[in-house]
Amino acid sequence: MAGGPLTWRAATLVERWSETESGRGLAFDVPGWPGHLAGQHVDVRLTAEDGYSTERSYSISNAAGGERVELTVQRVPDGEVSPYLADGLTVGEQVELRGPVGGWFVWRPAVAAPVFLAAGGSGIAPLMAMIRARRQAGSTVPFRLLYSVRDPADVYYAKELEAEDVRFIYTRRTPDGWPTPPGRVSAADVTAGGWPVDRQPECFVCGPTGFVEAVADVLVTLGHDPRRIRTERFGPTGG
Amino acid sequence: MGIISAGFKGRRGPDAVKLPPGQYLTKDFPVLSAGPTPRIDLTKWEFVITTESATQKRWSWDELTRLPTETPTVDIHCVTKWSKLGTSWRGVSVDTLLDGVETGAQFAVAHSYGGYTTNLPLADLRDGKAWVVYQFDGAPLSPAHGGPARLLVPHLYFWKSAKWVRGIQLKTADEPGFWESAGYHNYGDPWREQRYWGD
Repeated sequence: MAGGPLTWRAATLVERWSETESGRGLAFDVPGWPGHLAGQHVDVRLTAEDGYSTERSYSISNAAGGERVELTVQRVPDGEVSPYLADGLTVGEQVELRGPVGGWFVWRPAVAAPVFLAAGGSGIAPLMAMIRARRQAGSTVPFRLLYSVRDPADVYYAKELEAEDVRFIYTRRTPDGWPTPPGRVSAADVTAGGWPVDRQPECFVCGPTGFVEAVADVLVTLGHDPRRIRTERFGPTGG
Repeated sequence: MGIISAGFKGRRGPDAVKLPPGQYLTKDFPVLSAGPTPRIDLTKWEFVITTESATQKRWSWDELTRLPTETPTVDIHCVTKWSKLGTSWRGVSVDTLLDGVETGAQFAVAHSYGGYTTNLPLADLRDGKAWVVYQFDGAPLSPAHGGPARLLVPHLYFWKSAKWVRGIQLKTADEPGFWESAGYHNYGDPWREQRYWGD
């Protein structure tokens, strides 16, 4: 990343779609966008007519490509910002956006180590950018995804993930015929869904704090080098 | 004023408090960290101040927790946009730890169990502006929030308040820490919205 200032840019909403009942994909056209690495995020600034403004951070969910930036927004019922982005902002309208931000929770196609991704809920967004960047680069680096959702209907990018090596965890309700009852992520899930320690994988864990703590703790206990375990949190706030 | 997003109202109430630019209020205490939470055995824990001439002053857990304590109640501001007001801590002022340490250094790097580092001017650790804290809200500081002990430097963005702190190195030259090397501002004053490089 260059050291220049990250300027606010006008971002025009060009497309919005439903990923789930409360999750929306949003695509913005951002003239002058410098590109991004998979896993980075942006700051979004919303300004009301009277000049009041507020900011939030969102992970970028698409692989870099031209001036298009995609975000996945989970509508938080009492949120100040997410209900507006999910259902209020109309296509053709603008927000301000700056980025890309963050040089740690990123995957670079040049790194050959296998990759273990662990997502809790909407924490899938930056990991999806990594899956897409891998595909875009034609990389053969092996990826595995462990994806914890409350309910089968909460899966983001469901169609796209059919082509990937994914192990699902359902915490509240499982699909019909699922072999195990719903439950939180376990050590067995991480062992079965991840890579053996001797493969020295790069691990990216993103989700609510409880999920991130649980998965990261298991990885450390299994013997993975803590320096190769990168974490990002999606707290209950942030709406 | 920036671009107006049509139909955006925002949330303002009569209880609106003055926050640094771009921040919003939370009553939760979100957890942010770049990697796994280190588990630290208190019998092996130590805190070390190392000067620019490699002189060291160290405290065991028992020694540190026997030092005079302070109970700062402060507002904290995370670079990820949340602010939390009136947080209550107990710990030792960095002034107390630096007392008797001979140094001409102007810079400091806090380093942590787990390898995290963050840099700041030494002046920002002095004069009642910084603490090594080991209690939050009257209870031992939990590992996820940086326990057994973390740095507390509330006038800067909260990434400067290094979790799992194990020492402070005093330096004659500034040396960017973990986030400061990864796109985040070298100083990090929330009131000047110094989030990223170039801000």
